[in-house]
Amino acid sequence: MSVRHHLLAAISLAIVATTTPVSAQTLRYANQGDLKSLDPHTLNETTTHAHLGQVYEGLTARDKDLKIIPALAESWETPEPTRWRFHLRKNVKFQNGDPFTADDVVFSADRVRAKGSNLQTRIPADAKVVKVDDYTVDFILTSPNPILNSQWDTWYIMDKKWAEANNATQPTPASATTPSFASLNANGTGPFMIESHQPGVKTVFKVNPNWWQKPEHNLKEIVFTPIASDATRVAALLSGEVDIIEPVPIQDISRVDSSPNAQVLKGPEIRTIFLGMDQSRDELLYSNIKGKNPFKDVRVREAFYKAIDIELIKNRVMRGLSTPSALMVAPQLYPPSKDFTRPKFDPDGAKKLLTAAGYPDGFEVTMDCPNDRYVNDAAICQAVVGMLARIGVKVNLLAQPKAQYFAKILKPGGYQTSFYMLGWTPGTLDSHNVMYDIMGCRDDPKSARGETNLGGYCNKEFDDIADKVLQETDTAKRDQLIKAGFEIAMKDWAYIPLHQQALAWGVSKKLKVVQRPDNQVLPYWMVKSE
Amino acid sequence: MSDGVVQQHTKTAHSGVGWFRRAVDSDLFYSFRRSKLTMLAAAVTVLFFLLAILASVLAVQNPFDPAQLQLMNSRISPLWTADGQSPFLLGTDEQGRDVFSAILYGLRISLIVGVLGVVFAGAIGITLGLIAGYLGGAVDAVIMRIADVQLTFPAILIALIVNGVAKSVFGNRLDPTSMLAVLVVAIGLSFWVQYARSVRGSVMVEKNKDYVAAAQLIGLPAPKIMLRHVLPNTMGPILVIATINLALAIITEATLSFLGSGMPDTMPSLGTLIRIGNNYLFAGEWWIVAFPGIALAGLILSINLLGDWLRDALNPKLR
Repeated sequence: MSVRHHLLAAISLAIVATTTPVSAQTLRYANQGDLKSLDPHTLNETTTHAHLGQVYEGLTARDKDLKIIPALAESWETPEPTRWRFHLRKNVKFQNGDPFTADDVVFSADRVRAKGSNLQTRIPADAKVVKVDDYTVDFILTSPNPILNSQWDTWYIMDKKWAEANNATQPTPASATTPSFASLNANGTGPFMIESHQPGVKTVFKVNPNWWQKPEHNLKEIVFTPIASDATRVAALLSGEVDIIEPVPIQDISRVDSSPNAQVLKGPEIRTIFLGMDQSRDELLYSNIKGKNPFKDVRVREAFYKAIDIELIKNRVMRGLSTPSALMVAPQLYPPSKDFTRPKFDPDGAKKLLTAAGYPDGFEVTMDCPNDRYVNDAAICQAVVGMLARIGVKVNLLAQPKAQYFAKILKPGGYQTSFYMLGWTPGTLDSHNVMYDIMGCRDDPKSARGETNLGGYCNKEFDDIADKVLQETDTAKRDQLIKAGFEIAMKDWAYIPLHQQALAWGVSKKLKVVQRPDNQVLPYWMVKSE
Repeated sequence: MSDGVVQQHTKTAHSGVGWFRRAVDSDLFYSFRRSKLTMLAAAVTVLFFLLAILASVLAVQNPFDPAQLQLMNSRISPLWTADGQSPFLLGTDEQGRDVFSAILYGLRISLIVGVLGVVFAGAIGITLGLIAGYLGGAVDAVIMRIADVQLTFPAILIALIVNGVAKSVFGNRLDPTSMLAVLVVAIGLSFWVQYARSVRGSVMVEKNKDYVAAAQLIGLPAPKIMLRHVLPNTMGPILVIATINLALAIITEATLSFLGSGMPDTMPSLGTLIRIGNNYLFAGEWWIVAFPGIALAGLILSINLLGDWLRDALNPKLR
């Protein structure tokens, strides 16, 4: 057998070597979650941004070290603190051939702030976007914002003409049940084009030969498949069926590392996983307590916090691969976070707090949890359910795929949750984003503040500090302000931060990739060898 | 007085023995006694039913009660291995759930869903089959064309559709217990066709016989003739279908749960346990998936063997 086998192998190798060109490879990529919508303004989620970043581009981008670099804007300046001027790149074409101009930027700026968009915080609602000429756009603000463009790498520019021709001028809300044109088709300026898109099945990206940049990758197409099952995803990598998977389930890291044709690329991730509680409604949507909202009582929130044994979750569910966190932001993004310690796990104290709050026998509440988004998300939620059961709280766990989960709990779905788990990487790589998007009051309908504050935590004193943080440019002073803010939030038991998870990509040894701590899997930097 | 009591006593005893005698003397029991495999299958099936019924007595914990699960006890290997710990006979899963207890409770769910699913499917199928066969004509045509159309879909697809529709209609109001009901309905709706076709066939044969004509002549209403006179004579094939369908229903439930659209992780059935365990197979934690898998396979195999035997035993051509 072996001689013939080797001969055959040698022949087929020779054929491969002579017929396939060195470049132009197909990258096969599997993620645990699906790419539901191609509309770049539907979902503010890292994985979606990374996928769509292959097709669309923003005015700015982030390089391999997460530094902000020019993309569709060649350069920018701030002639006055409230006016930002962007000079657009010339001779850029959308994939259907339409030229890229200032009109597209103005259009996209309106679209990203429109109702149904999940990225409304990208540009202040009261900012004016003015076309100066075909290749110059001004952003006129009502108050200074020194970090205005810090998360514009994931605010993608769409083609105005194409959107108008295809009835796609309005963003597709994450809660939409019927797909819109823009959620099934895409027309960006980026390195790849969508060849086919079947939500939940497969998305094929084809290289864009007319891209304005010289590509660093050597790919002719990307075949993306969602594989929700951990074991199947790992098996697909080990058998060579796919070239890269994200994430590698933590229980399988050593298995993948010991395989001859793949390895695990590990790193700390800057995403914070946390639990949130609905503290804004007068009565919880999903609870047996009627007429009042137990989470409005700070003692209940404290009890929940203290009932959770984060070290046990780290050791058992995360197998040591997580960093318990006291703050809602990762230590890499806010070095003084080492001054904060997580309040101790104290189930007896938690039980006493619940009794003091008037719930000696606990109560019942439903928890929303994704099961294909974060590392071991559903397992963490189950562990939390068990820990809360021990202080008498009966938690009904609703663990769903992220498509249904996000549609339900985010703003377009009406924040339909009482108790939930979420992960957040500040797109600005800065604490202010967390203080504004996640922890800011959401009571002003004209502002995007608190857009992803699903529990509706609100403390005006905290918001004032957040506003000062935005405008403060002195690092030491700024860090002090941030600290004061986080101290308020901790005193309010606003959220229950859990941990920062570890990055784990399973990568074929044929593939060279760039791994950034924001966990964006970006094929446009990947090089695949024969 | 005392005579009367004794007499009554012997009478009941006699009728009890008579019933028992009749069963023991029957052809069916004879063929049962002759097949060792069938007796083994019956014993295993009874054992599984007993395990499920006595789950709360035999289990060391209630795996559906999160307060009883200790994360500290997660991923312990089976008792006889080096890292085994009492009382976890078959080890624990990643939430500290005792695999043995989880199998007992999971069996309970699988059997409840299976039996109720079969009863539900049977009720729909027998009713529609009776009506179609007895009334004939347009009613028959409509019912049987619906059945034909449904037969072109695999049962699991229908179950998935019913399940999906229920989930989108009820959304988050579906707690684990109502999920059970949804599974029963989904399975019932996907397996009724066989009953309907079989009953209809038998009814078409029976309804031309003299006793039916006689019943019609004395003016009995159609529903009464169908239920009292025709139905009892069509029950043989139904029994066979029901037994085989029980195994199919259990597999369908396990498949749905394995795919993640059946029982949730917090109230796992055998299929859910296999799905959870499947994720830890590469990590060498084989017991989480292996034992629920063995339990499911054993249950299905023994029920199927029983069904096969019943089919052969009731088939006069094979005697």
